[in-house]
Amino acid sequence: MKKVLLIAAFALASAVTYAGGYRVSLQGQKALAMGHTGVAVINSSELVFFNPAGLVYLDDKFNISAGVSGVFSNIAYQDTESGANARTDSPVGTPLYLYASYKATDWLAFGIGVYTPYGSEVKYDDDWAGSHLVNNIDLKAIYIQPTVSFKINDKISFGGGPIYVTGSVNFNRNLNRTLTDLDGNRANVTVDATGVSNWGWVASTMVNLTENLHIGATYRSEIILDAKDGDATFENVPNSPLTPFEDTKFDASLPMPAEMTVGMSYDFCENWTFAFDYNRTFWDVYESLDIDFANVNIPDSKNARNYKNASIYRFGMQYDATKMFTLRAGYYFDESPVQSGYFAPETPRNDSNNFTAGLTVNLGEHLQIDASFLYSQFEEIDASYNYYSENGQAVPFKGTYKTNAFVPGLGLTYKL
Amino acid sequence: MKNILKYTFALLAVGLVSCDPEFDSPVTDEGFYTSGTADLSNYVSVGNSLTAGYADGALYITGQNNSYPNIMAQQFSFAGGGEFTQPLMNDNIGGLLLGGNQITENRFVLAVGPSGSPSPVRLVGTPTTDITNRLTGPYNNMGVPGAKSFHLVAPGYGNVAGVPTGAANPYFARFASSESATVIGDAAAQNPTFFSLWIGNNDILSYATSGGAGVDQTGNLDPSSYGGNDITDPNVFASVYSQQVEALTGNGAKGVLINIPEVTSIPYFTTVPTNAIPLDAATAGALNAQFNAYNTQVLPGLAGMGVISPEEAALRMINFSAGQNFPIMTDDDLTDLTAILQGPPFSLPAPLAALLGQLRQVKSDDLIVLTASSVLGTTPDPSNPQGVIGVSIPLSDQFVLAVSEQARVTAASNAYNATIQALAGAKGLAYVDAKSALASVANGGIPYDGGILTSQFVTGGAFSLDGVHPTPRGYAYTANLIIKAINDTYNATIPMVHIGNYATVTLSNN
Repeated sequence: MKKVLLIAAFALASAVTYAGGYRVSLQGQKALAMGHTGVAVINSSELVFFNPAGLVYLDDKFNISAGVSGVFSNIAYQDTESGANARTDSPVGTPLYLYASYKATDWLAFGIGVYTPYGSEVKYDDDWAGSHLVNNIDLKAIYIQPTVSFKINDKISFGGGPIYVTGSVNFNRNLNRTLTDLDGNRANVTVDATGVSNWGWVASTMVNLTENLHIGATYRSEIILDAKDGDATFENVPNSPLTPFEDTKFDASLPMPAEMTVGMSYDFCENWTFAFDYNRTFWDVYESLDIDFANVNIPDSKNARNYKNASIYRFGMQYDATKMFTLRAGYYFDESPVQSGYFAPETPRNDSNNFTAGLTVNLGEHLQIDASFLYSQFEEIDASYNYYSENGQAVPFKGTYKTNAFVPGLGLTYKL
Repeated sequence: MKNILKYTFALLAVGLVSCDPEFDSPVTDEGFYTSGTADLSNYVSVGNSLTAGYADGALYITGQNNSYPNIMAQQFSFAGGGEFTQPLMNDNIGGLLLGGNQITENRFVLAVGPSGSPSPVRLVGTPTTDITNRLTGPYNNMGVPGAKSFHLVAPGYGNVAGVPTGAANPYFARFASSESATVIGDAAAQNPTFFSLWIGNNDILSYATSGGAGVDQTGNLDPSSYGGNDITDPNVFASVYSQQVEALTGNGAKGVLINIPEVTSIPYFTTVPTNAIPLDAATAGALNAQFNAYNTQVLPGLAGMGVISPEEAALRMINFSAGQNFPIMTDDDLTDLTAILQGPPFSLPAPLAALLGQLRQVKSDDLIVLTASSVLGTTPDPSNPQGVIGVSIPLSDQFVLAVSEQARVTAASNAYNATIQALAGAKGLAYVDAKSALASVANGGIPYDGGILTSQFVTGGAFSLDGVHPTPRGYAYTANLIIKAINDTYNATIPMVHIGNYATVTLSNN
């Protein structure tokens, strides 16, 4: 049986994951190995993220989980009409998480979590074919969430807490397709804002229908990061009153959309667990990326996004193979929030099939090593972004994209 | 522990299977684009300033990078094309030095003046390209600004010693293989597998841009006797052109020949309107009064005496009205009446006789050149506000390409184009009708993904600030035309460029 599962896991992994938009679903190695399911899995302090209500059902007094993933993501672009082609050279992203839970009484638990559910780091070669849309972007958002979890009885519990988000964004692109200084260096702008913060909240419930069958639901609120007085730096702008671009401040808003998750888990045949999560991410808040420059002579930058709400369907399996090893595998289908004609190269996401696998190694009573692996492969797609304009005329940026990502992750769980 | 390692390696192996996303058919794969029956591995381009990437009245690095041969070579690289080298200038200022002394002007840039309106001005700066620093070639781009057809076969055209006298070309002097080298010899010596040849433009253009100041040398088969602004005899053109094609196809190379556009397609001749002089009714009336005797007595008298034809008398009538007026000009194709008018029965004073000697008003089908815009309507003598060029002082002949002069240009260019097309046909070479293509740019324009490419000066996008040479976008359009001809002739599939990605005029306030 163990062998069969392994083969299945690796077969899946060799086929095709990641999340739509700039959502990065890497909030726990145990959950990720099971297709990032977890809203109804009572397993570890990863529940601080997946379902705070479940914390109270943990057997442990203390449970601490920490981990890091290495995100190796690649985007290839080509335009068969002109032969233009590009490959991103994005740095390896290293999203982290840290969760801790403390069971104060039989019916009350506390927790705290630090995690990074949204972010994007994409780097094209400067002046590539789509450089008027993006050269590079680095978006980070760190969520800090104190949590409380209490049960009404053994069947039902509730949990939640406030979320404090601090974020940063750094984005560079060329001003248009052709503007250069005298020496032919492309005029470009970098917008940079750090320490952008706001508050949100999370609320959840866990229902134990039977000892083996759990259902859960979690809602994480929308949080809008309003960057105020960020720095806009212009480079290689010709010396001319016709191009009045000079360094200034800017305001911009970037939404971290709300996310609703419902799901179930079922333990069977003693050592097996099956989990299913359904995510709905309310991307429709992301209508436009508008950069409002303080200098009135500099036209504001409006970039239509018009994302739609999107769903993710997640499936995961866990098998307690031996006292030492727990094996996991999973799959999820991730629906892109990007609508036709809005395919911008800073987040070129189409629908994806995602395959995960991983294991936990129990090193004695208290310590676990959690490893996971995620491979996301997107179908090749012919797409365009139609909302860039020059002199009032729309200039679509078209091409074929192929994207993938592979994400090995490692974590530790310590429990008392 | 052994198991942990095993699983870890297994996981890593899965990830490394396909780190890079691969397209089903990547454009970078050999065979995605093809060169058909052509071999693009060693492309050599031969021609004049257009081939060199000259723009804004000068040659400079970014212009060279956007030369049509360089744009083509980048696209050729998808279909077996090799490295393409150019004799790059030393800077983006553009002027040339000879032993430290500047011999050609800097580039134009578009500057906003005190009035707030943008206009072309020469970039201020000291150029650093000294032609005595000889480059080590050979270069794939053998475009030599200023070259006429017969210059390409002239030994010594790259001898720096001949530059001050005009016997040699300063641009070719930078990279000629020897003092006695010819452009075509240096090109053929590279054994090109593929070539482009675009030559002959200057054989008519310098005549046209000088307002017909040169001589139409049709019938004179000795180009060594030609002046710089003369029209080259079509037989001379045919002879040297076929020599060049022979030299370039000697080793079996395929190639493309490009014909000569009409001068009326370029903003240098179409920007300044022929009726550029605004007058109010009072001024027009006063001027007409001054020319009344000339119109009603002198001209009919001369016609009656048989000195000039009735047609010439009609052509010479001067008439102003309220609104936009045609400026007065000197036309050296008219009968010179200076001496006759000083004699009886007119007995005009010498200065007046000289003024009227070859005077007429510009006609609507004449072409006023771009450089006239800085003199028309000006008062060269500040102490005499009445002395206005185009109103009371005739515009010099060099600023006007008269109908008769246009006819000479058209006749010669038609003859050249017949030669080019016939040779392309006979040799099975690709042929580009640049004349028709540029006429389309001038008449209505060419739509592209960011607008319409037209020959409107400054704003049209196709022409640089000298009004003669294309912008990078204009060169990109040219490159696409040539690529299309190559694809059609040689059954190739070389991709074209998006011309909207190429710049137009460069902004800079000095």
